[in-house]
Amino acid sequence: MARNVSTQAKVGFTIGAWAIALLLFSPILWVILTAFKTEAEAIANPPTFLPEHFTLENFGAVQDRSDYIKHVTNSILVSVGSTLLGLIIGIPAAWSMAFAPSKKTKDILMWMLSTKMMPAVGVLIPIYLIFRDLHLLDTVHGLTIIMTLINLPIIIWMLYTYFKEIPVDILEAARMDGAELWNEITHVLVPMAVPGIASTLLLNVILAWNEAFWTITLTSGRAGTLTAFISSFSSPQGLFLAKLSAASLLAIAPILILGWFSQKQLVRGLTFGAVK
Amino acid sequence: MKLTPFIVGALSLALVGTASAETITIAVVNNDDMIRMQALSPAFTAASGVDVNWVVLEENTLRQNVTTDIATNGGQYDVMMIGPYEAPVWAKQGWLTPLDALAADPGFDIDDLLPAMRGALSVDGTLYASPFYGESSMVYYRKDLMEKAGLTMPDAPTWEFIGKAARAMTDRANDINGICLRGKAGWGENMAFLTAMSNSFGARWFDESWHPQFDQPEWKATLDTYLSLMADAGPAGASSNGYNENMTLFQQGKCGMWIDATVAASALIGDKSTVADQVGFALAPDTGLGKRGNWLWTWALAVPKSSQHADAAQKFINWATNKAYIETVAAKEGWANVPPGTRTSLYNNPAYQAAAPFAKTTLDSINSADPQHPTVKPVPYVGVQFAAIPEFAGIATNVGQLFSAALAGQMSADDALKQAQDSTTRDMTRAGYIK
Repeated sequence: MARNVSTQAKVGFTIGAWAIALLLFSPILWVILTAFKTEAEAIANPPTFLPEHFTLENFGAVQDRSDYIKHVTNSILVSVGSTLLGLIIGIPAAWSMAFAPSKKTKDILMWMLSTKMMPAVGVLIPIYLIFRDLHLLDTVHGLTIIMTLINLPIIIWMLYTYFKEIPVDILEAARMDGAELWNEITHVLVPMAVPGIASTLLLNVILAWNEAFWTITLTSGRAGTLTAFISSFSSPQGLFLAKLSAASLLAIAPILILGWFSQKQLVRGLTFGAVK
Repeated sequence: MKLTPFIVGALSLALVGTASAETITIAVVNNDDMIRMQALSPAFTAASGVDVNWVVLEENTLRQNVTTDIATNGGQYDVMMIGPYEAPVWAKQGWLTPLDALAADPGFDIDDLLPAMRGALSVDGTLYASPFYGESSMVYYRKDLMEKAGLTMPDAPTWEFIGKAARAMTDRANDINGICLRGKAGWGENMAFLTAMSNSFGARWFDESWHPQFDQPEWKATLDTYLSLMADAGPAGASSNGYNENMTLFQQGKCGMWIDATVAASALIGDKSTVADQVGFALAPDTGLGKRGNWLWTWALAVPKSSQHADAAQKFINWATNKAYIETVAAKEGWANVPPGTRTSLYNNPAYQAAAPFAKTTLDSINSADPQHPTVKPVPYVGVQFAAIPEFAGIATNVGQLFSAALAGQMSADDALKQAQDSTTRDMTRAGYIK
């Protein structure tokens, strides 16, 4: 049942929401504006808001120094590849935990989540050595595997939550009709869970897209993704602020557009199961 | 819904590998000179047939990446950019390939390398990294403000003179600070400056048996001089100022003097500076003990033992650190933009001397730094503004935070020195240096 909200409160909430949204967006806005400034204007004090001399030279310089297309391609391969691989493993795993739980299911879920609690740098050397011996350093498939492993706990947890929402009776009915396990998952469960799977997919693409630590450490040029691309423009001397902004804008643009078009699914996915 | 073909397609795309002819991977820090080298590298590829794969990173990220790779024998990189802090430590670990082919090539002319740079990158006479760019530190001062104060800067000033001049030049009403010095905490920030300064006061980090020396009068004299100078003549909020902040202050005419990297000279007399025609140069100060307060740093190229393309890597280093490379940059970008501080021939070149009025002071500063004997008393370590042991970065960052806090007025000099002594003694005992 809807509550009665006064017009005054509505106006207040709207202004408040806009203020918070603008506040959160302001760093991105600043990056966008700085990308079109000259280097001198980017570090000017007091800073200018709008670029005084609108320029595209930073984008040219960025493309001259690094191969943007190569990095975008790597980013897409790694983020999409790792998410699909994660879903292939995650859907059956979440199915078994949601519909055929055992005594240990809760413990297994907690254990999987606990792997996210250790800081990544703690396992840097072992992972590096494994990658070296398996010749996975600086390869797209190596990065895809590590990204899958990193995001697998999140994928399984999200899918588990969605699957719990689906009445088990429907699956039992399918079984009564003679559906085998594979058909039960592909023809009954997956179509019903499409919104949940879609938001899991989107969120994990974004997480893999933005992952920086492993990407920068495990690659050296050939398999670098967009996070490695941005970091190559970072300098403590602050000499290349405008170029760094241009590189950042190029790097976040694809995911920003993807996020924009899929925000409905994202919001639904993230709040799914919150209210029963 | 048939997802299978799509999934298989995407995965096989993700699994496609890359094949190529000989390619070397080079990791360098992100600054102007390195970017220029990257832009000129197609000439190397054309001449040698070796493709170059660049990894350009910010200093701290670079250090983390190359250290991980070399310590695990990872083999991701064929050429690494390292400094005199890493070179001796890594060479002794057997992680670096000796640059014998380079040393033997008459075209490379190893004897032309500045002795201080060559010494800092060699172990037992063998060169392990070839300097691409080098620097020391020196005094920058405003000629007009010095004249107004009725003083003349000697070529080789003492700390006493610097103190007197700084206080005389300070004009708080007009926002002019007599001296700008580093205050931001970090082993490569305030501790680079303060360690170099302490050498000129006869202080040392460790005695011959690795005992920290912060409880000795030389360190107290160093810190007291620094703190009182900054209190009387330094800018507000100096404890968060590093190289970049001080450069901006000086360029805006807010500093009478600044003691920092020689590489800043071209920026101070360049377009961005409002005081370009008034900048003078002098050697870093001393106290008459025979050592000056200047440091020594170089970014140098080395080949890790794990490289599968060591020959091609040495070829690249020969190209990038050769005299011919400096001439190529000069022809394309002018003499003011060549990588400084590595070769004697550059400082004998009249064209460079004309383009760089700071050349002589820079060379004298570099030559006066001695990483083997950094201070008055004997020390067990190598390095001017650092001690080349693996634990130093962590230890000096702790001490830098204490000294930065003292500068900010959060603790007294005595407390800072006492805590520095205690924490360093603890760390050195834990690391097994102190028995």
